[in-house]
Amino acid sequence: MEMNEKSTSRREFLTAGLLAGGLAVVAGCSSKKSPFDPEAGDLVAASGEKVKLLSVDGEIIEVDKAFLKPVPDLPQVSNEAARIGIPGKKFAMVIDLSRCKSLKKCQTACNHMHHIHPGQNWIKVYPMQDADHTSPYWQPTTCMHCDEPPCVKVCPVDATFKRQDGIVLIDSDRCIGCRFCMAACPYSTRVFNWEEPGLTKEIADKPYSCETSVPQKKGTVGKCDFCPDMVRKGSLPHCVAACPNGVFFFGDMLEDSVTNGSETFRFSDLIKDKAGYRLMEDLGTKPSVYYLPPVNRNFPFEKHDEEDSTENKSKSKS
Amino acid sequence: MENLEKEQIVQDLLPQEFGKQGKIWVACLIALCVIGFIAYCHQLSKGLVVTAMRDYASWGIYISNFVFFVAISLVGSLITAVLRLTDVHWSTPLTRIAEIIAVSAITFASIIIVVDMGRPDRFYNLFLHGRLQSPIVWDVIVITTYFFISILLLYFPLLPDLKIMLKYKDRTSKWMYKLYSFLGSFWKDKPEQFKITDKAINILSITIIPVAFSIHTVTSWLFATTYRPGWDSTNFGAYFISGAFLVGSGGVLVAMYVFRSHYNLKKYITYDHFDKMGKVVVMLALLYLYFNVNEFLVPAFKMKKPEEEHLRGLFTGEFAPIFWFAITTSMLLPILILVTKKGRRPFPAFIAGILVVIGSWFKRYIIVTPTLLHPFLPMRDVPASYHHYFPTWEEWAICIGSLAGALLVITFFARIFPIIPIHETITETEEHEHDKK
Repeated sequence: MEMNEKSTSRREFLTAGLLAGGLAVVAGCSSKKSPFDPEAGDLVAASGEKVKLLSVDGEIIEVDKAFLKPVPDLPQVSNEAARIGIPGKKFAMVIDLSRCKSLKKCQTACNHMHHIHPGQNWIKVYPMQDADHTSPYWQPTTCMHCDEPPCVKVCPVDATFKRQDGIVLIDSDRCIGCRFCMAACPYSTRVFNWEEPGLTKEIADKPYSCETSVPQKKGTVGKCDFCPDMVRKGSLPHCVAACPNGVFFFGDMLEDSVTNGSETFRFSDLIKDKAGYRLMEDLGTKPSVYYLPPVNRNFPFEKHDEEDSTENKSKSKS
Repeated sequence: MENLEKEQIVQDLLPQEFGKQGKIWVACLIALCVIGFIAYCHQLSKGLVVTAMRDYASWGIYISNFVFFVAISLVGSLITAVLRLTDVHWSTPLTRIAEIIAVSAITFASIIIVVDMGRPDRFYNLFLHGRLQSPIVWDVIVITTYFFISILLLYFPLLPDLKIMLKYKDRTSKWMYKLYSFLGSFWKDKPEQFKITDKAINILSITIIPVAFSIHTVTSWLFATTYRPGWDSTNFGAYFISGAFLVGSGGVLVAMYVFRSHYNLKKYITYDHFDKMGKVVVMLALLYLYFNVNEFLVPAFKMKKPEEEHLRGLFTGEFAPIFWFAITTSMLLPILILVTKKGRRPFPAFIAGILVVIGSWFKRYIIVTPTLLHPFLPMRDVPASYHHYFPTWEEWAICIGSLAGALLVITFFARIFPIIPIHETITETEEHEHDKK
């Protein structure tokens, strides 16, 4: 049974890999009635613009752009498969502090996609100043997805767990709400659903998925999940995609590459050239999130008027 | 002559019906419990949002109340086990008081920890998915063990007393008589039976000491296994244990006074007991003070950056009033009162005991919450209400209700069973007489 699930998840992953690159693939090439026949589906007129695609048989084919239809979302993996993770991957994030001006688009996107209770945030953007005479800078934080996660160590019921691809997730169907993990996390990254998270019925009725962290449930802990559902689809986490300044880089350490969508770097070179570091290295938590120091900045540090706002007022400031 | 004296002891120590005062006391306690229960129902339906706890102050007075209960329950092991094994006899009349404090406190510790859970409906996950590496699971194991050993240490010495009470059928109501026969009708005062229980009590007295140390050490590790300033301390186990013995002994002083004056036990709980218990409390307060000096002076000398904000908050900042109140009432004042011979008379000793207990409750609050409000990274991107913690009425009601519940258990126990062991008192008097001859 377990083997079966494993192999399913691998197949799904391979499919996801095939989809990577953002190409939409047309389903069901082998059916008798040509799917490209305008009569077969929605009535679309050929645009004349051709797109090259790789068929499932490995041949390069040309299709009129107008006939491309997006594939429906891949089914979510089971929570058992979600505990194992994506084989052969070790995810990491690089946050370039020289590019951040606290627009908080990352936060908005994250809150929206994970349906987080209003007022709470999984991504926080801190105004930091290390000493009296040093320069202030903005520091966004996500979950650090530590390799020695203190939260996982203390969880009494294995509700929060570390996967083989490095991601730390929460099973909200198992969490007993003791909040020991919140006390244990030195990065204050975890939030608690003190009341019903105020979801629409449609969202609240979904079965909980560890990979999407949706729907959040009353009396359980939530936190940044590195969006493994997006990663399976070959897309970037929501915060990475939402940042207009390309602050966040995401990628696989085993492939040694990270990307913010428009730029891609070799991870080891980026960390070496820009003197990347991790937060609270002395605690031995071994985070998967790396920071590039705020040098040669794209923006001056401007503190907004907002005092710990609950919403993103920064929109007006951009 | 001897028989008469024995008869007198039995008459003095048999449980008494509640008088008017007793009834009012019980009614008040029940009312507080009911209010607490209503508050908990409110919390169950709305969620923990009814508390003042939020993402930073994620543990509040439920947890400090839990630590308080675990702490006070340790006195059972001190009086029954440590003093018994060291062959100290003056504490015999106090053993049952200490043991019932232990049992009721550890019961309510378990209840209050369930109250703190976000999903009490999933409590069974601890058994279904429990992982041995989590200090919470250690706590569940040792607290359960401690509870059962304490129950047995309460029960075994009760057996001969049950037989005595069964003899005095006219003094008991029907259901109490049934209860006594259910619990102790097999007891025939046979020498073999005494031999077995003596052995069992000895074994339990030895086992309960490491278990008692474990419950409070593990409780301290719920904090000390994290990185946070104020908790990240190797001193924590010993610091908690010494504080626990102090608050438990303070609690015994209070209980001694109340039982003595209410049940007219002046012959059995004497000035001498207050004198000796008072000295014990002074010693324990000094010991706890010593660990406090270690706990605060050493980091304050260095003032490492993460510690600095926390320590300043305690010494001169937001938490300074409660911090100094707790230190003064739980240690300094009781030492000043009990160090003098006059201060160890029943009434002043009772006052000192109350100070110890109240101060210790606030001390637990000081240990739990201020640390959480001084995280490594500054508090950020949360509503303004998340920056502070002051318990809501629901939290107060539940905590006070749990304390009232613990007192209620002790009160009912003293109503049903002799709070001073009858059989042991008789034996000791006889031995005393024998020694005289």
